[in-house]
Amino acid sequence: MTTNPLVEIKDLNFSYDERAILKGINMTMPRGKVIAIMGGSGCGKTTLLRLIGGVVSPSSGYVRVDDQIVHELGRDKLFSLRRKMSMLFQFGALFTDLSVFDNVAFQMREHTDLPESVIRDLVFMKLHAVGLRGAHNLMPAELSGGMARRVALARSIALDPMLVMYDEPFAGLDPISLSVIGKLIRRLTDALGMTSILVTHDVHQSLEIVDYVYFISEGVIAAHGTPSEVRGSVSPFVHQFIHSEVDGPVPFHYPAEKYATDLNLENRIA
Amino acid sequence: MPRRIVIGIRGVGHRIIESVWRLGYAARFFSLILLKSGTSIRRFGLIIRELYFTGVLTMVIILVSGLFVGMVLGLQGYETLQKFGAETAVGTLVALSLVRELGPVVAGLLFASRAGSAITAEIGLMKATEQLEAMGMMAVDPIARVVAPRFWAGVISMPLLAAMFSAMGVFGGYLVAVVLIGVDEGSFWSQMQSVVDFRFDIVNGIIKTCVFGVAITAIAVFEGYNAPPTAEGVSGATTRTVVTSALVILGLDFVLTSFMFRGVG
Repeated sequence: MTTNPLVEIKDLNFSYDERAILKGINMTMPRGKVIAIMGGSGCGKTTLLRLIGGVVSPSSGYVRVDDQIVHELGRDKLFSLRRKMSMLFQFGALFTDLSVFDNVAFQMREHTDLPESVIRDLVFMKLHAVGLRGAHNLMPAELSGGMARRVALARSIALDPMLVMYDEPFAGLDPISLSVIGKLIRRLTDALGMTSILVTHDVHQSLEIVDYVYFISEGVIAAHGTPSEVRGSVSPFVHQFIHSEVDGPVPFHYPAEKYATDLNLENRIA
Repeated sequence: MPRRIVIGIRGVGHRIIESVWRLGYAARFFSLILLKSGTSIRRFGLIIRELYFTGVLTMVIILVSGLFVGMVLGLQGYETLQKFGAETAVGTLVALSLVRELGPVVAGLLFASRAGSAITAEIGLMKATEQLEAMGMMAVDPIARVVAPRFWAGVISMPLLAAMFSAMGVFGGYLVAVVLIGVDEGSFWSQMQSVVDFRFDIVNGIIKTCVFGVAITAIAVFEGYNAPPTAEGVSGATTRTVVTSALVILGLDFVLTSFMFRGVG
């Protein structure tokens, strides 16, 4: 088994309409680990996942996945790489016209010639792993948020990928579902020998299950380390983030004119 | 030159450039659908499934509308023709109106409102809920898997629905003229049979419905696939599908008619 990191990000810059989203990002993600990317809303975390998946191309720098530079791949090679990775979207992105069973079977039917009896067994095994074998007949509209996320998780491991990316897997979940999803991510990563990249801003749940954390702020890596290093970090940004402080390096106020100017007080005082 | 006029001219220019750009983009999208239709043709089951949603579920409105349009044509035709003692020609009038014009056009308008809007809304919502992106991340091309089957289902459904509309319309005309008013049944059918020409009337009508089918479905899938991923974006795209399709149907109808029926009695 190769010891190269599964994902390597080097001097990565990404701009959207001349607005720099990511600036000089460098990351290394070893195989078999759970890595979290944290940061405030709109800091470019999801964009980073889209760059790893080859949905968008970097302005400069590169993302290397399994020894292939993603943005240099042609369509066929990119699709071939994507068969070995999968992504769990923020709200599951289940196909609403397919049942739970068919959602999990989707990739198997699209990419393999497996007989239906084998697909059936595999789907039941995947659904059993997330505790929803009994829900295989339900439609996505009949599922709760937590159940939909678990079905999406079963779908994302359908073809035993080497890399799974999770975009805000904990968003909008009750504490029980949140804990279930967290534990499932860790357990499945270990059991299937895959690598997981978790984009999240749920600090406490993530630090319980991940091996390494990157903090992104304003498009750059503000801090990184193992959960214990991060907990003991003296970095003001990490401190503010972990302790949910209202003000700090990430200001409470969006940049604006002076308050007195906006309230038209300066002229009156003068 | 006053600044307002400059701004006005600039605005018009921007809009024209944007429209031309969008037209080019739509043409490119249309070519992509054709290029990526292989999957749909190999796995015809995908098209069959969409035929149900696009074709079968549109049948009710097509059949009921066709019946009433035919009945109204029979009634109005009889009222006018009887003044000239030509009430037996009512069958011809109903049939010609339907197969040449009303069948393709009204069925097209109904198809755009019922099936076109549904296609746009479905694809638009799939995009808004990240289903299309999820499909792409699973190495499944959404144009080949989602767009192309819907496109071909629409193209196949439209001529069949228009034929049903016309057939139902002729039956409606028969009900009013023959059963209700009492026009001679033999004259009603025989005059229709002798005047309606297969090549010039029926085939041309079928060509029109095929062209409308391609136009409506292409507009519907394009608007859905390119809808901004918000509730407002999807509703706007759905409205644009119906409005653009209606205008395109009427415009194309004039162009096709002027080519098809030049010098034909």
